[in-house]
Amino acid sequence: MERRIALSTLVCVRLSRLISAVAALVLASALAGAPALAGAPQRVVSVNLCTDQLALMLAAPGQVISVTKLAAVPRVSTMAAQAADIPANSGLAEEIYMLQPDLVVAGRFTDRATLDMLRRLGVPVEVFSPAYALQDVPQRVRQMGQALGRVAEAQALVQRFEADLAAISTPGPRPRAALYYANGYTSGDSSLAGQILRAGGFDNIAQELGAIGALPLELLAMANPDVVVTGQPYPGASRAEAIMQHPVVAQLKRQHTSGTMTDRDWVCGTPYVLRAIADMRALRAQLEAQR
Amino acid sequence: MTRLMLALCTLVFGLFCLSLLVGPARIAPADSLLGLLRGGLDPVAMVMREIRLPRAILAVLVGGSLGLAGAAMQGYLRNPLAEPGLIGVSASAALGAVIAIQSGLAAAFMLGLPLMALAGALVGVMLVLALAGPRGGALTLILAGIAISAMAGAITQLVLNLSKNPFAVNEIVFWMMGSLADRSLTHVWLALPFTLLGWLVLARLGRGLDALTLGEDAAATMGVHLGRLRLMLVLGTACVVGAATAVAGTIGFVGLVVPHLLRPLVGAQPSRLLPASALGGAAMVLAADIAVRLVVPERDLKLGVLTALVGAPLFLHLIYKTRKEQP
Repeated sequence: MERRIALSTLVCVRLSRLISAVAALVLASALAGAPALAGAPQRVVSVNLCTDQLALMLAAPGQVISVTKLAAVPRVSTMAAQAADIPANSGLAEEIYMLQPDLVVAGRFTDRATLDMLRRLGVPVEVFSPAYALQDVPQRVRQMGQALGRVAEAQALVQRFEADLAAISTPGPRPRAALYYANGYTSGDSSLAGQILRAGGFDNIAQELGAIGALPLELLAMANPDVVVTGQPYPGASRAEAIMQHPVVAQLKRQHTSGTMTDRDWVCGTPYVLRAIADMRALRAQLEAQR
Repeated sequence: MTRLMLALCTLVFGLFCLSLLVGPARIAPADSLLGLLRGGLDPVAMVMREIRLPRAILAVLVGGSLGLAGAAMQGYLRNPLAEPGLIGVSASAALGAVIAIQSGLAAAFMLGLPLMALAGALVGVMLVLALAGPRGGALTLILAGIAISAMAGAITQLVLNLSKNPFAVNEIVFWMMGSLADRSLTHVWLALPFTLLGWLVLARLGRGLDALTLGEDAAATMGVHLGRLRLMLVLGTACVVGAATAVAGTIGFVGLVVPHLLRPLVGAQPSRLLPASALGGAAMVLAADIAVRLVVPERDLKLGVLTALVGAPLFLHLIYKTRKEQP
């Protein structure tokens, strides 16, 4: 147990560098009141949780005038504190247009009809693809830097992220883990969550089974992984999440070790994925200590 | 036991065994049956005892319930279109279940889920019987069914849409189409007491329903207490449909197809149709549940899709026949 604490402290120390880098960036621009570059958009509206967080990490104070409602929810957003004071939108073209934005940042899966309407109304829209790999993170950060006219800030964040990522090494045996979400879904190596798991020093059973998307409970039981990593249940019950309390999953978790995905660090391709990797490394250390 | 009952029992038993052997985890038949008996914590035993066994048992419970309730309602209303799924009883049971889950009642109190589903079904049956009247004419019955189904379905969707949980909305499909995927023994224990109670109540209606085929006056002179018969029918149906819907969602058309197919084989005698229909319903749901695992195993096809594919054409045929009989 002590080893585990020691290891996670170590991981945390390195991670705190990144978090302080983000904090410093936000703070510095807040204190200096550094205005956005001339020609950069001054009224940015974000309509996607992931672009919310990237924009808040990089923007000049006052540059982002609205984010989604989810951005202020600590459970799913790493920038909840920063988002708390910013007016929330629910992603409808009408309300976005009334905010008179000079840039809308959106995700690839944001409602097409909404974005098309905004474009027709003459609002520039910048679309961000979701991150499917750790390598996508720097690219998304740079894209946001470009869009907001905050290239230097983006570059600083990317450098810090890449240095921290390169510093992670996970020698030794690789335990077999299963990612198991609501509705019995899993993800393989070609997804952000799968890459976080891999970087944390685990092999993914979805890869052995060739499972994409739904992972039947029977196959999960037969694969008998060393660790089952599940999501945190949301408030208000759902049948979709009840599957994570199925006797088979409960038994696997009792028999072995279990982990939890903290949604805010796992969902979006922000530099905070390093925190998710740190959680997984701590879990792996815990597993080794038990052996 | 007649030859028909023997054949149906064999069919249910065979399908039950087949259901235990079919699944995404490829386990040899002998291994899987051994795993069922062996117990313990190894993966094969877990799959057999915690995933496949509950699924097969629930298919029998749910199918038997729907078949029995369908036969009883058709016998009482003397109308082949009466069926729990079609006339909104299942939908109102689903509404009760959804309210229990979303209000936290199901989590706070073990029997909260089946009891609320039962209450929903109770309201549904009573509304149908009140709206359709004791004779249950085809037109009023269908109109009552449409109204109750639409209302209960709409409120269910409203409750799920208002839920704080981001996954809740996707569950509309489950409550509309039903599924037995990844149920556990907990669900069996939840449904079992109410199902057995309901079966007991409905099975005892046979004599009264037989008498009722001669008309209400004749039945009354034969000593059948119509008010009591009706009350027992309502309670029994609510018990079985409530329990079935709470664990498996709304599975339609079972109670319509099965009694219709078996009626000629039992000489159209309700007391003989009841047990035959229960077995037939169990066989139909077992078969449908095996089919969803074989047709597109990776897609989690819902049970109601298959039963509706079989049932809807038959429903149209029945309506066509009903229309021809009318002047």
